Amino acid sequence: MSTSTLTKEEETAPAGAPVTRKPSTRKRLVPYWLLLPGILWLLVFFALPMVYQASTSVQTGSLEKGFEVTWHFQTYWDAFQEYWPQFVRSLLYAGTATLLCLLLGYPLAYLIAFKAGRWRNLLLVLVIAPFFTSFLIRTLAWKTILADDSLVVDALNALHVLDVTSWLGWTEGDRVLATPMAVVCGLTYNFLPFMILPLYTSLERIDGRLHEAAKDLYASPATTFRKVTFPLSMPGVVSGTLLTFIPASGDYVNAELLGSTDTKMVGNVIQSQFLRVLDYPTAAALSFILMAIVLLMVTVYIRRAGTEDLV
Amino acid sequence: MRWIRRNLVALAGLLTLAYMILPNIVVMVFSFNKPNGRFNYAWQRFSLDAWKDPCGVADLCGSLTLSLQIAAWATLGATLLGTMIAFALVRYRFRARGSINSLIFLPMAMPEVVMAASLLTLFLNMGAELGFWTVLIAHIMFCLSFVVTAVKARVMSMDPRLEEASRDLYAGPVQTFVRVTLPIAAPGIAAGALLAFALSFDDFIITNFNAGSTVTFPMFVWGSAQRGTPVQINVIGTAMFIIAVLVVVAGQIVTNRRKKSATS
Repeated sequence: MSTSTLTKEEETAPAGAPVTRKPSTRKRLVPYWLLLPGILWLLVFFALPMVYQASTSVQTGSLEKGFEVTWHFQTYWDAFQEYWPQFVRSLLYAGTATLLCLLLGYPLAYLIAFKAGRWRNLLLVLVIAPFFTSFLIRTLAWKTILADDSLVVDALNALHVLDVTSWLGWTEGDRVLATPMAVVCGLTYNFLPFMILPLYTSLERIDGRLHEAAKDLYASPATTFRKVTFPLSMPGVVSGTLLTFIPASGDYVNAELLGSTDTKMVGNVIQSQFLRVLDYPTAAALSFILMAIVLLMVTVYIRRAGTEDLV
Repeated sequence: MRWIRRNLVALAGLLTLAYMILPNIVVMVFSFNKPNGRFNYAWQRFSLDAWKDPCGVADLCGSLTLSLQIAAWATLGATLLGTMIAFALVRYRFRARGSINSLIFLPMAMPEVVMAASLLTLFLNMGAELGFWTVLIAHIMFCLSFVVTAVKARVMSMDPRLEEASRDLYAGPVQTFVRVTLPIAAPGIAAGALLAFALSFDDFIITNFNAGSTVTFPMFVWGSAQRGTPVQINVIGTAMFIIAVLVVVAGQIVTNRRKKSATS
């Protein structure tokens, strides 16, 4: 999609410089000067740290004696063996939250894109507005909402929902706070806007006449959705799920504030290893494993779901 | 029953919206609470105390000012660097374009803890003192990609013929940029800047790793969750919400007016 503007650029360059037909060296360097500061910033503060992290992960030593690179790859294995439950939990929670975001977010995105009419802007504001109250404050509010004997928990109890979820191991007895369900609920809530906005953007681009055409061809609303609307919204689904899953898999705020020691995710482990235990090699190895898993999953997913206008 | 079936999508959407707004309402309601203990999780009785004295808690407003400062500088830095990159990527063809695109994309496709942790190893190895500067550096780094994406989208949809026309009318490169290119790209740049500000102001994970003993507003909230949350935090959360809604609504009114005056 960018090629059209690029070829145009080639034509405009000589038009601006009628004296020399070929762009001068100075002109050819313009893009590099534009890129230099920003790219340098990313190289020094994003790429280089990854190298340092890689080197840290194969070091041994202690905080008092200092760390040294000893190519001790054992750290990776030890870290994975000790913390694989947290890895599994992270992927499970993040995956569940992503799925819930899709299920909850799709109707709202659909509503805003096709049915809201003059309420559209108001609804969009309401989707974005919660963003502006610090997400930590909002997550703390869930502590009140899900507290024992709160309205929500009492209602769930009265409807015997908690009996089912307890049986499934999502909650414990008549408590919701400090259970997996609370953490997933927080994750879902925190990343919903990241799902809704891409969904809305791709739904809004769909030509309404396609729906009419489907109707003219005697497709039921359900068939229209399955064969027309949903496939056309795939770019939004893909970017929405990525924008939800990636940050959710590394999150430790929800697990810390709404969960218990049994709901710790890998982010919690990395955070405490780095900032409290000060075992840098293990922490670096853990965060490398997380990065590898996420990048691998994302690559496979993008290949499978295949949309090009992502990047 | 038929009415429910026909409006199922709308009902489901509105339920989701309720789920999204509910915590904001709780924050608002509990800003008028007078808790008995240190924790503001259960309703006791109505009081305006916190609203009368929002800075009454030690370090709260200091952390707020610090966060605003960092967000302002990070926005400035990221917007400047990001806009330059976006223009280079859309307007010029050069080698290494693909790898630069991936370098921009990667920070957005990386769990925040990974970036936070790796940056910390860099700072530890360099022996840098953690604080204001390390936080600012980190914030510019992760906001950059988002600004590039926002500006790129706008610049891509720009008609290059407008700039050609300007040059044909003997405007110099600088004049063309200031009078034609910049005004057209402005909405994209503004969107990128707004996003950068919001991301920086609200960032917790990267700040948590790289702030040392410096306390930004999210760090203050995090700390208070363990020690006991003062009601003033709810006051500030509510105020932020209201200010944001007002800003967005004002923006809407301005664009609507412009659209109307453009058509008439």
